[in-house]
Amino acid sequence: MTSVAIAAPPAGASAAPTMLGWIAGTLRRHPTAIAGGVVLLLMVAIAILAPWLGTSDPLAIAPTRRLKPPSAQFWFGTDMLGRDVYSRVIYGSRVSLTVGIAVAVIATTVGLAIGLVTGFVRWVDAVVMRVMDGLMSIPPVLLAIALIALTRASLGNVVFAIALSEVPRVVRLVRSLVLTLREQPYVEAAIASGTRLPMILVRHILPNTTAPLLVQATYICASAMITEAILSFIGAGTPPNIPSWGNIMAEARSLIQIAGTLLLFPGLFLSLTVLSVNLLGDGMRDALDPRLARRM
Amino acid sequence: MLSYALRRLAATIPVMGVVALFVFSLLYLSPGDPAAVIAGDIATEDDIARIRARLGLDQSYFVRFGTWLWALAHGDLGTSIFTGLPVTTLIGQRVEPTLALTLCTLIVAVALAVPLGVVAAARAGSWIDRVVMAISVLGFSVPVFVLAYGLVLVFAVGLEWLPVQGYSSITKGLWPFVQHMILPSAALGITYMALIARITRASMLDVLAQDYVRTAHAKGLAPSAVLTRHALKNAAVPIVTIIGIGIALLIGGVVVTETVFAIPGIGRLTVDAILRRDYPIIQGVTLLFSAVYVLVNLLVDLSYTLFDPRIRY
Repeated sequence: MTSVAIAAPPAGASAAPTMLGWIAGTLRRHPTAIAGGVVLLLMVAIAILAPWLGTSDPLAIAPTRRLKPPSAQFWFGTDMLGRDVYSRVIYGSRVSLTVGIAVAVIATTVGLAIGLVTGFVRWVDAVVMRVMDGLMSIPPVLLAIALIALTRASLGNVVFAIALSEVPRVVRLVRSLVLTLREQPYVEAAIASGTRLPMILVRHILPNTTAPLLVQATYICASAMITEAILSFIGAGTPPNIPSWGNIMAEARSLIQIAGTLLLFPGLFLSLTVLSVNLLGDGMRDALDPRLARRM
Repeated sequence: MLSYALRRLAATIPVMGVVALFVFSLLYLSPGDPAAVIAGDIATEDDIARIRARLGLDQSYFVRFGTWLWALAHGDLGTSIFTGLPVTTLIGQRVEPTLALTLCTLIVAVALAVPLGVVAAARAGSWIDRVVMAISVLGFSVPVFVLAYGLVLVFAVGLEWLPVQGYSSITKGLWPFVQHMILPSAALGITYMALIARITRASMLDVLAQDYVRTAHAKGLAPSAVLTRHALKNAAVPIVTIIGIGIALLIGGVVVTETVFAIPGIGRLTVDAILRRDYPIIQGVTLLFSAVYVLVNLLVDLSYTLFDPRIRY
């Protein structure tokens, strides 16, 4: 009781109703979320600016300089083919971020579309939800493995396979939101005054799903980056000619006893990026749903 | 109760039906002609056509799905392309390490995560709470294999306390078994623990704000008794639910963990099958793991009555 009562009036909300004020208030109240945002922006900058960050060709093989430890010339050392690990790790950020963002966008868009329809059309609901239940009962990593084993490993296939396992969770979320929203008086009023279904969905339902969806999208982004790394690591993900944090670690697997740094740097970058996205997601959830914030 | 259990069991049939349809479609769509493989290099077109007919490969999608389901109902998951052995046999040989690893991880993770979540909730806002929450966020963010290699580098390569990889069956002695289990279980369990601790804390915070908890305190009950007997029991339903749902995490993680630690389990079988494009094995494992997941969550559903007598079926 006590903690809820004390925390109930949000300090920043009344002080500054403007967007800028809201952001400033969020900054003050959620320092970890800001740290996450900063790290994430840094990673995005690294991914975009990769060719200008002192990198060389990440695919250039040089047998004479195999397995060199980190030095002034090769910051993270070289791998068993003499490739510059620093360049590979920097370029690898492109894969992780692309997959994370693409999966988040695709899964939320598709899930939103299906969820809106299932929430309103009874017979579609019965069929679609059974299919979603079925898809959800296949563990995500296995679902992706099964799909990718079938097709050629490519970045597009990886994105599709991971998105497919995330869609049912979005559909569930949107459907439950819609089922609550459609009972709201203003929606009933719109129906009573003869507004057609597509208009109700776009005008009255859709805007109310954005906040929870945005939070969900960040978590999907984080888990997609982990799944991509797992898939690449077990050889069912990003093809070897594109350096990704997962397949850099996979190639270094047998060398753990002699060259641990080969595993260390991609692992560190991967964990840091996922952590930053998770922190951002937690912060957004706290800001958008204060009731839930105090519990999680 | 029994009729509810039966109804819930019946409700899993359409779910498993969708899974079966998905898995079969993968087999149907998989490239390569099994008949040509079986016939060998010197076979004529006629030979291949005969084998196709014998295997029923010239039938329509739905007829083949029916045949496949019928075989499945008789415990036949098909034959591995690479080894020529039945998939059920191959999985059977690999069950033990996987079962040992998941059970160890499950027990240790639940035994640690629930108390951590309870303490974090009881001391909400304290340093203990912050540490538990920080570990929980980290647990979500560090992928299984990254953590696994971190642990190996420190405890196996650096300190040399534990073996780098491998598996030792419990039948060959308890201590070697435990030695080989510690690092894989820790790596596999952290994310799962993070999830359970987080939900336990959230659920406990909800319950601790209830009037009957205040009453229990007011009548002079020891704080530990309030926490366990009154609060935890009422907070149990979401916790048990997440333990069930989190199994999906363990199943995905086991594939990776077995690869890192060279444990000869089902996960390792799957990864080898990916590299060899051995589709029947991948399908068999997908089907098996999905069935386990559905079954565990069915049991979780049924267990609700144990924790909350108000739930009646």
